[in-house]
Amino acid sequence: MASAPLARSVGEAVAPSPRRPAPMLRAVVRRADVVRWLGRTGAVIPLAALVFILVVLLIESLPAIRYNGLHFFTTTVWNEGVSYNALPVHSGGVYHMSGAAFGALPEIVGTLLTSLIALIVAVPVSIGAALTIVERLPRRLASLVGIFLELLAGIPSVIVGLFGALTFGPFIAHHITPVIARNVPDVPVLSFFRGQPGSGEGLLTSGLVLGIMIIPIIASTTRDLVRQVPILPREGAIALGMSDAQCARRVTLPWVGPGIVGAVVLGLGRALGETMAVAMTCGVALSTVPGNIYTTMTTIAATMFNYLDTAFLDGTGFAVRTIAELGLVLLVITMVVNIAARWLVRRVSGIALPVGRGV
Amino acid sequence: MSERAGGRPTGARVASGGHGASGRHGGASRSPEGMWPPVSRRRKAGNLVFWLLCALALALVIAPTLWLAVDIIGKAVGNWQWNVLVTRTDQLQGGLLQPLLGTLVIASGAILIASIVSILTGMYLSEYATGPLRSVLRGAYEVLAGIPSIVLGLVGYVTLVVGLHWGYGLLPAVLVLSVLAIPYITKATESSLAQVPTSYREGADALGLPPSWTMRRIVLKSAVPGIVTGVLIATAIIIGETAPLIYTSNFSDVNPSLAHVTHLAVPSLPYMVYYFSFLAQPIKHANILSADAALVLLVFVLVLILLGRVIVAWSRRHAE
Repeated sequence: MASAPLARSVGEAVAPSPRRPAPMLRAVVRRADVVRWLGRTGAVIPLAALVFILVVLLIESLPAIRYNGLHFFTTTVWNEGVSYNALPVHSGGVYHMSGAAFGALPEIVGTLLTSLIALIVAVPVSIGAALTIVERLPRRLASLVGIFLELLAGIPSVIVGLFGALTFGPFIAHHITPVIARNVPDVPVLSFFRGQPGSGEGLLTSGLVLGIMIIPIIASTTRDLVRQVPILPREGAIALGMSDAQCARRVTLPWVGPGIVGAVVLGLGRALGETMAVAMTCGVALSTVPGNIYTTMTTIAATMFNYLDTAFLDGTGFAVRTIAELGLVLLVITMVVNIAARWLVRRVSGIALPVGRGV
Repeated sequence: MSERAGGRPTGARVASGGHGASGRHGGASRSPEGMWPPVSRRRKAGNLVFWLLCALALALVIAPTLWLAVDIIGKAVGNWQWNVLVTRTDQLQGGLLQPLLGTLVIASGAILIASIVSILTGMYLSEYATGPLRSVLRGAYEVLAGIPSIVLGLVGYVTLVVGLHWGYGLLPAVLVLSVLAIPYITKATESSLAQVPTSYREGADALGLPPSWTMRRIVLKSAVPGIVTGVLIATAIIIGETAPLIYTSNFSDVNPSLAHVTHLAVPSLPYMVYYFSFLAQPIKHANILSADAALVLLVFVLVLILLGRVIVAWSRRHAE
């Protein structure tokens, strides 16, 4: 009978302390659980930012989408129109400079090609490095290499770009690509490697630099995955007479295969959106689809960076809207890649991929 | 020998090419050598080649990074003078003072905003949210991390610089970079809160402490090292971001001023690395400044990341 009133009376006896003013307010605050509400407010912000970014880009680029149409994805000419001695033209519901025509095929192809080169370089290197770290290196050395990967992931892209443009690009253009370009046979696929090696700005340099930048993401994620492979299947493989190389190839790697695919796709997402390193090493050639692996080219992100000054000169603002359309294309590609990677990994292996640069 | 790497005894770690089993029977139970058929040379060679390739891969990870570091440091050290840190940038000459200040102000503003939002977000996701709401909110910040920084810069330009008529300035740059930093700090907060032992919460509950008090004084407190590390890493990352700055803060040679957070283009180190480099300004004085700026930036980033590492190691040693 007495338990509930008793508890209340005890509570009343303890709660109002003379040193604590405004007990009413405290009670309200406690009941409302301020921390939870603040947390909820904060937690909505990333989602709101994401939606906001999508909506803003969509609204900004709508006129460009309407005017450029599907030709945007199939044509190569990038021309903001006549800026002098010509009035803006009103056509298709938008004002633009006379003769404006925008085709983003070189940008899209360039983005995909640089990322492809980056993946071809980074994936085997990262997986091999991860296996070495987990299976071969003593613990101290392994954690030292871990710090090294973290530092590599943290190097600002503008510094990687500087290195690529001033040191790495010229180096391979002087010492490596001439040899390849001279000796590769002129057969269908390999002829992409023939031609003038150029000065070191171009597709190959950009792709390799991107490869350096995505190695830490793929390598550190793969390392963490390989560490989680349970001991029993590997012992079983050894007991069946596999050598440890066979065990690594046939048991350890397939065990975390989907996770590695996720890590690779995450690296791809970063390579697709990387700006500075590519903008400084690609040579920024608008309006041309690269004909061989040494030609200067451009990517979506590099065009968004390098073309900006020119776009501001367009008095009608249409060039900026077209840049927004480029940004929307890039955003959609990277978001699809990112969501696919996370969905795949979470579904198959139940671990969460690292965020962003994988630091 | 099998204890060698990380205390994970495993048959997979026996000597190259050997039968795994033979390495694991130590001491008295060791089988006589003749019991196992000899390992074929092909098998030994295959094993050796595989691990050599893997070692080569590790070398290919390490070598370019070292080359990059040596190159960037070497370019700057030759002409390095300590007074560039306190000398004003004048046109394309002088020192790094204004960009240095600009970067510090932009980064601290962005980190301040991002930390508040991210710690709240991480706390909510780890402690309160459940079910689909949780996975949607978590997915949102993870996807946010994958958005290319140049796209964020463009959105900042469209909405803040042009849309709100702010012009280039401190505020747009701070806001855009804070969005970039949010995912890193949120992730760090969420995972370090998840590592706080349940017994702490249960103990506090059993003592009758109010949940929000437990949250603030016990759970958050033991997650602080992890959160601080996340903040440091986020700082290291946004301090080197260049692409969004061209759209939001642009470049000038004025001092950053808190009285003029809009309508005043602010210089910054990463943009200076690009803008003063041989690619944009083939002028010797400018290129030297670009190399100096790159070195300062690199040192900042390395120090921040190493500091984060040290905090993690320290807190692990002092846990319990």
